[in-house]
Amino acid sequence: MAIGLHQSDFKNPVVRWIDSRLPVFTMMQKEYGTFPTPRNFNYFWNFGALAMVNLLIMIATGVFLSMHYTAHTAYAFDSVERIMRDVNFGWLLRYVHMNGASMFFIVVYIHIWRGLWYGSYKAPREILWILGVVIFLLMMATAFMGYVLPWGQMSFWGATVITNLFSAIPVVGNDIVVWLWGGFSVDNPTLNRFFSLHYLLPFVIVGVVFLHVAALHITGSNNPLGIDPKGPQDTLPFHPYYTIKDSVGLIVYFIFFAFLVFFAPNYLGHPDNYIPANPLVTPAHIVPEWYFLPFYAILRAVPDKLGGVALMFGSIAILFILPWLDTSPVRSMRFRPVAKWFLVLWGINFCILTWVGAKPAEGHYVTIARWATTYYFLYFLVILPLLGRLERPLKLPESIALPVLRGGGPIPAGAAAKPMEKA
Amino acid sequence: MADAMAPHAAPHGEAGETRRDFLKLTTGAFAAVGVGAIAWPFISSMNPARDVLALASTEVDLSPIAVGQAVTVMWRGKPVFVRRRAEEEIKAAREVPLSQLRDPQTDQSRVIRDPWLVVVGVCTHLGCVPLGQKPTDARGDYGGWFCPCHGSHYDTSGRIRLGPAPANLAVPEYNFTSDTQIRIG
Ligand code: HEM
Ligand code: FES
Repeated sequence: MAIGLHQSDFKNPVVRWIDSRLPVFTMMQKEYGTFPTPRNFNYFWNFGALAMVNLLIMIATGVFLSMHYTAHTAYAFDSVERIMRDVNFGWLLRYVHMNGASMFFIVVYIHIWRGLWYGSYKAPREILWILGVVIFLLMMATAFMGYVLPWGQMSFWGATVITNLFSAIPVVGNDIVVWLWGGFSVDNPTLNRFFSLHYLLPFVIVGVVFLHVAALHITGSNNPLGIDPKGPQDTLPFHPYYTIKDSVGLIVYFIFFAFLVFFAPNYLGHPDNYIPANPLVTPAHIVPEWYFLPFYAILRAVPDKLGGVALMFGSIAILFILPWLDTSPVRSMRFRPVAKWFLVLWGINFCILTWVGAKPAEGHYVTIARWATTYYFLYFLVILPLLGRLERPLKLPESIALPVLRGGGPIPAGAAAKPMEKA
Repeated sequence: MADAMAPHAAPHGEAGETRRDFLKLTTGAFAAVGVGAIAWPFISSMNPARDVLALASTEVDLSPIAVGQAVTVMWRGKPVFVRRRAEEEIKAAREVPLSQLRDPQTDQSRVIRDPWLVVVGVCTHLGCVPLGQKPTDARGDYGGWFCPCHGSHYDTSGRIRLGPAPANLAVPEYNFTSDTQIRIG
């Protein structure tokens, strides 16, 4: 080996020549080829890969939409209508981008739910989890600013209400809002900067996803049992076992996605956004996009402006400290007979918040939103810390391989070579 | 070599404090100030530009507005409500004791010349435009304006009475340029 060159195992001379100077092939082989992955993944483990694909789809459609979009209050709405009617396949690009945002949130909500259920946020994956929450926040900012771009009624009033959240900050709040707007109301300067940031942030997300995956490849993946792999008999090489499993999920994902795009492209949207923005008339009933509804419900559950805004941001910020709120050393809910039911309830409660967020803020709806908000925080702040002490978990299996292989299925060559007893 | 690089046992000052620490702190402080100075133009560029600031005044002709009617005009991209209030409305607004108000202000302090009430038509909660300008609109429990977004009620002086909004509808800066004309801003 010449000094300074990487020792490459690749046979193809071109690949080898590149790989010995820049070992990207070796790296891909290590991280996605032979990468040892727990052998007991279920389909919940598809959603990280799905999120990755979804992010790429958003970037691809977004770049091409930008070639036809005009970021000016006088032209934005019409330029989007032109994309829909005159640009070749413009309707497809836009519907894929629009519904892609919804798909992204569906995928990431399931991905987060997987983390909650199987305790993927616990040691040693705290930073991995925190990076995930950062991605989630960046996604929300990106989706919010993207929704402003077509400059319909919901774009305008959504932007107005959300930017005004910052006016709740004591003392400097109003200055911050004027700074965000670049004027005295949501207007052309606001639209311009939102377009700039909407283009930028997905690439920031790519960067954080890279760190997220880098951290994952240090700790290794969690798995449905929540116990650590103890040796090669507990893992499989990522390729072909999980490349193929992810592909199966990807096909189902594409079927669902295509159904939305081709048969119900506006189902998840709001008809008022096909009315051009009018700064003098607020629509009678403004609602954010569906994926913001739980947080919007929390905002409206509190009768005080600052209190509402603080709880809304708090409901996401609390995820950052979740690894330290959950004091139980057992990761997977399969072995937590009590916590499991509280988490199921939390999931139902989250759906209730979504539902009530779309209702007018009056009467029983407010009462429901208040109870649901209370339980949302109670779960994290009281139930999880207490259960870590009080709950008696079920007995954990000795190894991943044991319950999987006891059925007597064929043992892959790599695993059979090692003594099973050691597990 | 490694020895030469290592800081010598601190001959001056307190234990552990060396000239190198001083240099590090000074360098760090200069770097922080430098980063701040470079960041400032970027942050400042996002504040309202000069042309945006220049568009800051609007004239309104009051003569066509009948008693009990209201008009909405645009000022700095926001709606401004100009309402010619009826006698009862003014009376109602002045009879309320200040102790009942969330954001206590007398009606007198919110008008320049009767019967005109001029307020920014932006809900102080999260910025929706309240209803109440058209005769057919809902005006809320206090006969002024009602914000449908999260249910704030304003009275005939534009003061917050019920709902999540923390403050009264703002009174913009304006003056009478003649008996039937005002300039806002
Ligand atoms: C753009 C969005 C995201 C992408 C592209 C992404 C990508 C991935 C990928 C490829 C994996 C490995 C495969 C898997 O375990 O499913 C992963 C794992 C993980 N992600 Fe994400 N992720 C995203 C958002 C999030 C969010 C929002 C959270 C949490 C708030 C999160 C938490 C985690 C955790 C804890 C793991 C390790 C899970 C385990 O091994 O059990 N991710 N992510
Ligand atoms: S914006 Fe008017 S009540 Fe919320």
